[in-house]
Amino acid sequence: MSKVKSKVKSEAREKKKSAHEPLFHVAKRDRIPFWKSILIRFGAVLLAIAVCILFALIFADVSPDMLIKSMVDGTFGTERRQWLTAEALARLLGIALALTPAFVMRFWNIGGEGQVLMGALASVTCVIYFGGKVSEPVLLLMMLAAALLAGALWGFIPSFFKALWNSNETLFTLMMNYVAIQLIEFMLVFWNPKHPNMDPLPHGHLNLFPSVEHYGDELTMIVIIFAVALLMFIYLRYSKHGYEISVVGESENTARYVGISVKKVTMRTMALSGLLCGLVGFLIVAVFDNSVSTETAGGLGFTAIMVSWMAKFNPLVMIGTAGIVAFLDKGAACLNTNLGSVQIDNFLTRSMGENAPTGIPTDLPNILVAIILFFIVGCEFFINYQLKFRKFEFGSKKTERKEEAK
Amino acid sequence: MNQNISLELRGVSKFFGPVIANNKVDLTVYKGEILAILGENGCGKTTLMNMISGIYYPDEGQIFVGGDEAVIRSPQDAFRYKIGMIHQHFKLVDVFTAAENITMGVKDGKKYSLKAVNDKVFDLCKRYGFHIDPRKKIHEMSVSEKQTVEILKVLYRGADILILDEPTAVLTPQETDKLFQVLRKMREDGKSILIITHKLHEVMSISDRVAVLRKGEHIATVETADTNEAALTEMMVGKKVSLNIDRPEPENPTPRLEVKGLTLSDEDGRKILDDITFTANAGEILGIAGIAGSGQKELLESIAGLQKLNAGEVFYLHPESGVPENLKGKSPVQIRDLGVRLSFVPEDRLGMGLVGNMDIVDNMMLRSYKKGHFMFLDRKKPKKLAEEIIESLEVSTPGVSTPVRRLSGGNVQKVLVGREISSAPTVLMAAYPVRGLDINSSYTIYNLLTKQKQKGVAVIFVGEDLDVLLELCDRIMVICGGKVTGICDGRSITKEEVGLLMTKDDRKKKAKEGGESDEQGEKQSKE
Amino acid sequence: MSEALLNFILNAIPVGITLLLGALGEIIVEKAGHLNLGIPGIMCMGGAGSCVALQMMAGSKLHPVLIVLIATIVCFLVGTLMGLLYSFLTVSLRANQNVTGLVMTTFGVSMTNYVVTYVSWEKCQYALPYFRYPFGGSIWQYCGWMVAFAILLTLLVSFVLKKTRVGLHLRAVGENPGAADAVGIKVTLYKYLATCIGCGISALGGLYYIMVYVGSQEAYKSIEPMGWLAVALVIFALWRPVLALVGGLLFGIFFVANSYLPTLFGWHLGLEMTYLLKMLPYVFTILVLVIISIRNKKENQPPAGLGVPYFREER
Repeated sequence: MSKVKSKVKSEAREKKKSAHEPLFHVAKRDRIPFWKSILIRFGAVLLAIAVCILFALIFADVSPDMLIKSMVDGTFGTERRQWLTAEALARLLGIALALTPAFVMRFWNIGGEGQVLMGALASVTCVIYFGGKVSEPVLLLMMLAAALLAGALWGFIPSFFKALWNSNETLFTLMMNYVAIQLIEFMLVFWNPKHPNMDPLPHGHLNLFPSVEHYGDELTMIVIIFAVALLMFIYLRYSKHGYEISVVGESENTARYVGISVKKVTMRTMALSGLLCGLVGFLIVAVFDNSVSTETAGGLGFTAIMVSWMAKFNPLVMIGTAGIVAFLDKGAACLNTNLGSVQIDNFLTRSMGENAPTGIPTDLPNILVAIILFFIVGCEFFINYQLKFRKFEFGSKKTERKEEAK
Repeated sequence: MNQNISLELRGVSKFFGPVIANNKVDLTVYKGEILAILGENGCGKTTLMNMISGIYYPDEGQIFVGGDEAVIRSPQDAFRYKIGMIHQHFKLVDVFTAAENITMGVKDGKKYSLKAVNDKVFDLCKRYGFHIDPRKKIHEMSVSEKQTVEILKVLYRGADILILDEPTAVLTPQETDKLFQVLRKMREDGKSILIITHKLHEVMSISDRVAVLRKGEHIATVETADTNEAALTEMMVGKKVSLNIDRPEPENPTPRLEVKGLTLSDEDGRKILDDITFTANAGEILGIAGIAGSGQKELLESIAGLQKLNAGEVFYLHPESGVPENLKGKSPVQIRDLGVRLSFVPEDRLGMGLVGNMDIVDNMMLRSYKKGHFMFLDRKKPKKLAEEIIESLEVSTPGVSTPVRRLSGGNVQKVLVGREISSAPTVLMAAYPVRGLDINSSYTIYNLLTKQKQKGVAVIFVGEDLDVLLELCDRIMVICGGKVTGICDGRSITKEEVGLLMTKDDRKKKAKEGGESDEQGEKQSKE
Repeated sequence: MSEALLNFILNAIPVGITLLLGALGEIIVEKAGHLNLGIPGIMCMGGAGSCVALQMMAGSKLHPVLIVLIATIVCFLVGTLMGLLYSFLTVSLRANQNVTGLVMTTFGVSMTNYVVTYVSWEKCQYALPYFRYPFGGSIWQYCGWMVAFAILLTLLVSFVLKKTRVGLHLRAVGENPGAADAVGIKVTLYKYLATCIGCGISALGGLYYIMVYVGSQEAYKSIEPMGWLAVALVIFALWRPVLALVGGLLFGIFFVANSYLPTLFGWHLGLEMTYLLKMLPYVFTILVLVIISIRNKKENQPPAGLGVPYFREER
């Protein structure tokens, strides 16, 4: 009898143990009201800003009002700063737009950096070999054509292998970036072994608005990129190609069902993606740099991935997300100039004693951008999933008591 | 208390929202027996077994293992009670060897040694008569070998109660025989085996007792020796229910689609479709009945140009001229370009027929977006079509720009069927078009199909509910295991007759006659 | 001739070991099914973290062994913290791995640049011989205990992955989390642990690069490219630790080849050829990627669950 009892007890204990459920479980949402998703994102950004302010306060001794004031001042403070911010926005937007068709197709093109660099390299090559030999408009056209071709090629190669043998496109496009970087280093030394940092070339300069004082270059860039944004919006939303891209991205099975060739669409779209990256490379060379270096794209190829992703691949929303990143970038960069020589006092500088440097390190802006991005990346979870908290179960408790009573 | 009872269910129920999957099921399983769980698709067999193996937790009722109440909340709990389930979809790591898969997740406190695992697996194989090399990688294995690994996985953990979910669905007759031999040896070893199936001859040959489920309820458990196939069929399908579906007489049916000797094999060389021949007439509904997974999906996809056929022809006879056109080896686009208006409502609505994240308008133009040489899309016509469909089929949706993913199942289906009908098809194929739909939506779909038939369309309807098939279709083709087992008149045949044809696997007989040559053929096809 | 060859190899080794440590960590992370593009940032952070620790210990009376130990542990912990952040975002919050990884790199690199402005190299220099022990000052200086440590670690990781239950479970999690979950393997725990430990090991690559190979504060600027090369090495090595050792040395040889080819073989290549040689690792990696996808041999593929977030209720 007692044996049975102890058995029942151990059973009950076992039950308690196995009945242990986590406090909450995660379930996929099938829909979320638009305002709610906006609210979640907005909340995440607010939280991120709070963390940024704290970070700046602790690690750089920057007071919140100082931080915000100089951020706004840095982006909109003077006419020149406004132009530069707008131009930074355009640059970023251009690459993000180029990557977007690939992303809509669920093709992870993280080779934007390389594709831009190849476009820039091709443009500069044209200037070096034909600069001064042909008229400027012809030279510009040649540069453009070469840049588009080079970018498209750099985008097409990974897609070709993806389409035929399903090679991993993320890793492939990533590697292509570094092939492009090394190629540029090679060409720079090849052209001028003694002086590999290229000086601006005298030919092949593009300025569509020479009549505009001081900021014709910036305006050129902004106008062209915004035109591309509009065209890209139309292409994705209203063209047959755009429609095919969405179908392939959403469901390859459906594409098969309606007779869309997934391979063809993959290769065509990646060529387009690379082509547009090439265009941005051309613009950077022809409008601003008139030279090429490994820093021509300046890592924007990677930042643009986040810009495009944050905008949920909508070209018009992308103007906004590119704006946010450009604002953070330019604004935070201004912290240095504004807060010139403040003696910073934290655990790092204390350990250094008298050798402690003054001023805000130049990389503070990037850190702040990264913190904000972390929050934006993380908050997507709360849009796609919901947490369901455990309900207290009366039923199991009752049966347990019954057994104990026995 | 009977010492021989290994597992007992008392009043177990499971609800999925308003759907009752299992209603107060009582079931007793003895040690050293094979219990077959028999029932039609969707009768709650798998749900019931999932509750025993810890995938689901019952909403009501109790489960007793070896006389004590058991709380099974996860597969790990089930293992603790020595219960193991072999699912239809294998959960194996492809790049691992059989032994690695078998020992994965085992916490026996012993030192990890693959050699020891191999030895133990060898022992198990010897004991029960499996033939498998534990060092072989899963991706190099045939389906039956993979199944063996799943069974070994369960045995390795010392399971005394084994549940097999339709184990023979993926096996050839020879492999099925081998499996049954193994199962018998396990029975001799004192293990309890529950086997889900709807193949009657298998039930008769392997089981000691049969538990029949229908619409979530336990109908009866009988000794196999005391019953026969006809009696089981009757228990399984139940009495005929009248649905009052309107069925006008077909008006001068003429052949529209002629399928001859269609044969299709999967990657392993197993025949999914075997020499299928039939004719679909314009102006009539041809029903296709069969157990799920008998090749219905592949048959429709083959006709629609989505499968690479091994043999056979698909002839389409043009409505006006009657000229035959061979559709074999043509892609959906090529078929469309030939002027063949073939509409297809696939089984997987949101994964194949529609794009869930696109709105109704964009889904309307999936089939027709390419028309014309202009680079841009014409959304005016699809929008008009969407509005028409919403109005005429009473699709309840906030608007035409709502993503179809957000619509309810019935409305999704209306959108899909509406689009397929809108292109004025001459052949309309629909796979399980009323699955998961409420009664009103189902009748809407039946009426739509009947209207198409009256317009002179050749309608092919793949269904699972026999009552519907018997009242809707003019002719019914029954397939079993990828073969046609009968084509009969929908007005005169009885439910039991169809039920028998659905489970009549004549491969078995043939295999015995020409077993050797079959095996050779298999070897060749593998090479 | 032989001395030149020796020099050549002795200079290729440190590059190889840096890449090896970075790749080794990434292999562990990828085996758990996570593509972590934050490795460059994590390597930077590891280097910076250890520099801060060394600076703080400067002038203290601690035993050198203790100093080295603390610096190494700090470096590992910095990597682990970054790994924790990454796994929280990608495992628990199921964020996109590519985007998260790239943000990690941005964060790591800029954070490093920020921290390093506060580090005075003069105060860290004292530790150089400790890390190059026992060969400090000789031509063997890059081949000190850390190389042996890295090689031992490689063998250990290889052993754990191949021969232990933990390794089996980890590989199962990366290949087919659904199957692993079904047999009771704690998928989330494995993913977290693998990511944290992997990132910690990668961070050691940064430490080695700064304290052993370059031995200068400016080195942090050139860690990022090393990080990307380490990601490439993972593919090149087909996700196998021992092959990563061989591949790392090969990459190292390409990296430094141009400085030694003239003295070795009398080949006088232009300076520009350095960059073509440096391109080779990436080109080879692409070739490997293409070849494995064409041959389609299951054993050589990336882990099947790579980049796919796991959610149990999704079937």
